[in-house]
Amino acid sequence: MSARGELPGWADVALIPALNLIVALLVSGVVVLIIGENPLEAMWIMLKGAVGSIKGWGYLLYYATNFIFTGLAVAVAFHAGLFNIGGEGQAYFAGLGATVVGLSFEFLPWPLLIPLAILASALFGAFWGFVPGYLQAKRGSHIVITTIMFNFIASSLMVYIINYWLRPVGKMAVESRAIGSFDFQTFDLTGAYIPSFRELTLAIFGYRLPSTPLNPSFFLALAVAWGVWYFLWRTKLGYEVRAVGANTDAAIYAGIRPQKIIMVAMAISGGLAGLLAVNEVMGAQHRLVLEYVQGAGFVGIAVALMGRSHPVGIVLAALLFGLLYQGGTELSFAKPEINRDMIVVIQGLVILFMGALEQTFRPWLSALLFKAED
Amino acid sequence: MTPAQDTPAIELIGIDKRFGPVHANKDVNLTINQGSIHGIIGENGAGKSTLMSILFGFYHADKGEIRVKGQPLRIKSSSDAIAHGIGMVHQHFMLVDTFTVLENVVLGAEGGALIGPALAKAREALAHLAQEYDMDVDPDAIIGELPVGLQQRVEILKALFKGAETLILDEPTGVLTPDEADHLFRILGQLRDQGKTVILITHKLREIMAITDRVTVMRRGEVVANFETKKTSVEELAEAMVGRRVLLHVDKGPAKPREVVLDVRNVTWKDKKGIARVDNVSFTVRAGEIVGIAGVSGNGQSELLDVISGITRPTSGEIIFEGKSIGELADPRHLREEGLAHVPEDRQHRGLITSFDASESAILGWHYDESLGHGFRLDRGKVVNRTRKEMEEFDVRPANPLLKSGKFSGGNQQKIILAREIARDPDLLIVGQPTRGVDIGAIEFIHKRLIHLRDQGKAILLVSVELDEIRSLSDRIIVMFAGKVMGERDATANERELGLLMAGVNKEAA
Amino acid sequence: MLELFLGAETLSSTIRLSVPLILACLAGLWSERSGIVDIGLEGKMLIGAFAAASTAAFYGNAWLALLVAIVVSLAFALVHGYAAINQKGNQVVSGVAINMLAAGLAVVLGNEWFREGGRTPPLPEPARFMPIDLPGFSALYDVPVLGALARIVSGHSLLTYITIALVPLTAWALARTRFGLRLRAVGENPHAVDTAGISVARLRYQAVIIAGVLCGIAGTYIATSLSASFVRDMTAGRGFMALAALIFANWRAWPALWACLLFGYLQAMGTRLQGVKFGTFEIPVQFINMLPYVMTVVLLAGFIGKSIPPKASGIPYSKDR
Repeated sequence: MSARGELPGWADVALIPALNLIVALLVSGVVVLIIGENPLEAMWIMLKGAVGSIKGWGYLLYYATNFIFTGLAVAVAFHAGLFNIGGEGQAYFAGLGATVVGLSFEFLPWPLLIPLAILASALFGAFWGFVPGYLQAKRGSHIVITTIMFNFIASSLMVYIINYWLRPVGKMAVESRAIGSFDFQTFDLTGAYIPSFRELTLAIFGYRLPSTPLNPSFFLALAVAWGVWYFLWRTKLGYEVRAVGANTDAAIYAGIRPQKIIMVAMAISGGLAGLLAVNEVMGAQHRLVLEYVQGAGFVGIAVALMGRSHPVGIVLAALLFGLLYQGGTELSFAKPEINRDMIVVIQGLVILFMGALEQTFRPWLSALLFKAED
Repeated sequence: MTPAQDTPAIELIGIDKRFGPVHANKDVNLTINQGSIHGIIGENGAGKSTLMSILFGFYHADKGEIRVKGQPLRIKSSSDAIAHGIGMVHQHFMLVDTFTVLENVVLGAEGGALIGPALAKAREALAHLAQEYDMDVDPDAIIGELPVGLQQRVEILKALFKGAETLILDEPTGVLTPDEADHLFRILGQLRDQGKTVILITHKLREIMAITDRVTVMRRGEVVANFETKKTSVEELAEAMVGRRVLLHVDKGPAKPREVVLDVRNVTWKDKKGIARVDNVSFTVRAGEIVGIAGVSGNGQSELLDVISGITRPTSGEIIFEGKSIGELADPRHLREEGLAHVPEDRQHRGLITSFDASESAILGWHYDESLGHGFRLDRGKVVNRTRKEMEEFDVRPANPLLKSGKFSGGNQQKIILAREIARDPDLLIVGQPTRGVDIGAIEFIHKRLIHLRDQGKAILLVSVELDEIRSLSDRIIVMFAGKVMGERDATANERELGLLMAGVNKEAA
Repeated sequence: MLELFLGAETLSSTIRLSVPLILACLAGLWSERSGIVDIGLEGKMLIGAFAAASTAAFYGNAWLALLVAIVVSLAFALVHGYAAINQKGNQVVSGVAINMLAAGLAVVLGNEWFREGGRTPPLPEPARFMPIDLPGFSALYDVPVLGALARIVSGHSLLTYITIALVPLTAWALARTRFGLRLRAVGENPHAVDTAGISVARLRYQAVIIAGVLCGIAGTYIATSLSASFVRDMTAGRGFMALAALIFANWRAWPALWACLLFGYLQAMGTRLQGVKFGTFEIPVQFINMLPYVMTVVLLAGFIGKSIPPKASGIPYSKDR
């Protein structure tokens, strides 16, 4: 709008997210107060639980790995002007890719099988994102509704597949058999099994880390975050994705076909969400478990909004949410009165303030800033 | 007859309105007599629609007073205006497409919690009005399924049903066929004869001459003249509307036109509703000349540019570019590679991406070029360096390729676009509104640059609503009106002649 | 076989399972017909269910439970309204936020109040909306044919009958009242409403409020009639299924009823066919469960029929175009 209403870049990138986070935390603090606990104490327990020990850090980074993937997924779609609520289903379906490839090609050596299974995760996720993208581009179905529907379809489909196809005969738990194993004494790695850092340090250095599911997928997540940055800002296709999202008319003028870009962006978005399977299925649970995504796909929305859809911001926001998740778990142990779902409340508040009420602070913030300048 | 007859229906006194930096109405005074048809004429952006929106309570004036039948009123919303007998037919119809005619008519005038009685009353009233004014409409028809002419009739009926004594029509004939327009004028005449007051906003001189009693001319937010229609002429109105502008002085030698580069043959483009926005247009542009397309905005120029640049396909007709028909294969990327560059009319919404930094806007449309990075890569260093060079050559300020495109002034944005489009040495440059919202210094620069390109032997097609710009740059001038080519003149054509053509009056043909 | 697919028990359970869908679907209908997209039906129902179960557990009064559920659901609806109408925020994002807030808050507060990990204690009968026999119907129960019919129609909770009555009421209000006319208009072309001198914001708030009330009733039904306590995520995607039904119904009241009954039937069958074998063949219930969503995707893609949302839905209104 008018030049006066515009905020300087730093305020947009750092101040508004920070302010929104503070408000979200304040409101959460009120909820903690309502249930008769001390918010500051709760905060302290969360912090200590997450960053006060190696174990805490391990879990924090493990959660963050998931959130980096799903956050990037939402962000890439955002850049193309699309709202992908389907990260949950895309990640879930991707688990099938990792598992099926992992189990079918069990005989392959792991240096071959692990990349293959990673690729399968991405491709299965990409497929589950591409279809809604295709329907939006070619048939005009609204992406938001279609991706929601695809979450539910994935949910039912996976119950069926896991239950009827992947569940070993005679086993009660609805999950696949293990996709591999690792023996830290003999360094014997089979299948598409990504050993945890604990297992690796034990095998290599004989050092015993606290038990956490953190595994090398974390580095994959960082590499992928860099890759997404490179794609969006250093490739021609990434340029086209951003152009369509920022100004479709200008993109058409430039000879870019929005339909193609929508499908490409949704496939990439789905693929990124699909990589969550690498951390969870291959790296943490080593099998396909029912409903294994556990809402991480939705956390991605909060992470992408908080991180301003920029990979650096997303990594930081993912770490923050990793902290909240790990801290929240510790908090619920230390204070059973405060349920772990407190994190979901904070998440909801972040999405509300960062996404839907984004404009709320802007007017008075810019008034404040310009007043200071005058 | 009655003393009330002497009180003006509407008086606007000292109306002033700004939208941010735009001064849409400057101290406007206007008196509209009862039982008359009053025309308000002016080019697009002259402030006519804003003024009427203020009268209708859709916007609020910053200053000024509105009197209806001598009574000073505070019109806070459209419902106040309606309550005081003012009705408005907007340029974009305010109808609900999925509703029936009756439902549309009663919306806002239901009279009670249930709509049954209002619908019955409206049905009766409609039948009555249909008889009185020859405005037959099926009350149960769905609006979206009616042709535009009938939709407009519903708008009028809606206003009358709500008791309008004064009816404002904003560019009512823009969407109508000539027959429909004639019918509308008959209706308006009958309304006046029944004692209603009609305010007609238009930029078409012919309509003013045909049906109005009085006419007010607006230019750049101000009232510049009032006439009694009988005592004025098309020429006088055209002059008042366009104004006597100082011809910008551009140094240029005579053109040396060579071979035909662009040959547009019988091109027609119809919109979704089937109305021909570009209507059987033919012309050529040669290498080494500037052809200017003049016209009041909204007469098909934008659509013509879209068709030529490959953004939309023509409904019929053929375009030959350098001997090749681009009819079927046309897409912007293809054409660009063939040597057609395009500076779009709408800088902010098409020419660049305001949220991108300047260097990224400076490669829009060329972003895939090998010189900017091999294969899939986009080499940031190359992009920025290239932009920096272009910025220096075109004196863009600040010469900072990393600044957001939206933060540059209009003139500098336009320079970035122009630099981008001519960097690849195109054979044909099509330019839409090159200096709209651009400061004087930049205008001069851009004009010189265009002449320079012409002298290098490029073909240039220039579209502008600024008549003086067309006149100072063009070697040949084509005037468009209602999608059609009204005529072609050489650079020596005088302002009045062009003004008449722009208003849809062709003396030669008549 | 026929008994399984069309027996009194199946059909009666179809009605029971359809009720929350119908309420949520009508809520979505009011909201979206006014131009406000509501992804947050799920969350409003969930928080309503929690509020109802908690109130019923504390005070043992079903009607009080209903009242509180409505108030709480309404508060969430108003947050959505504020974001969508005043702040012109993204309505989908706001809906997602509301779903999360509701899911989180219900468990956090429930855990604190009842210490059962987010559950509420089982509700005694007086605290619930129990099945009622319609007068005179019980006499028919043993009559052949007619008895089966009577057992389908009778024996539901009062909320069920209220819900069914809301369908014609909605259809009537939309078609015949001034409010309905204006509401339909504002979802299609808010400019037309504004120039007719009617407040767009006010109409949309009214619609959002109705949606909140209906979701509150739906939540109450789920917690006190369909079940007898609150458990986490107990709405189980019903809000989204209602959205699917709304698309199926093309945003109209009577078709919404049929779509919800169809989806309710599929839900009932999903439960009843669990483990049922036809010879050696077992129908995988998962496919029945996903059917509503698959059908909606196919419909939206325009492969069967066409579903056209209100033109202005999801677009914040501003005077300038």
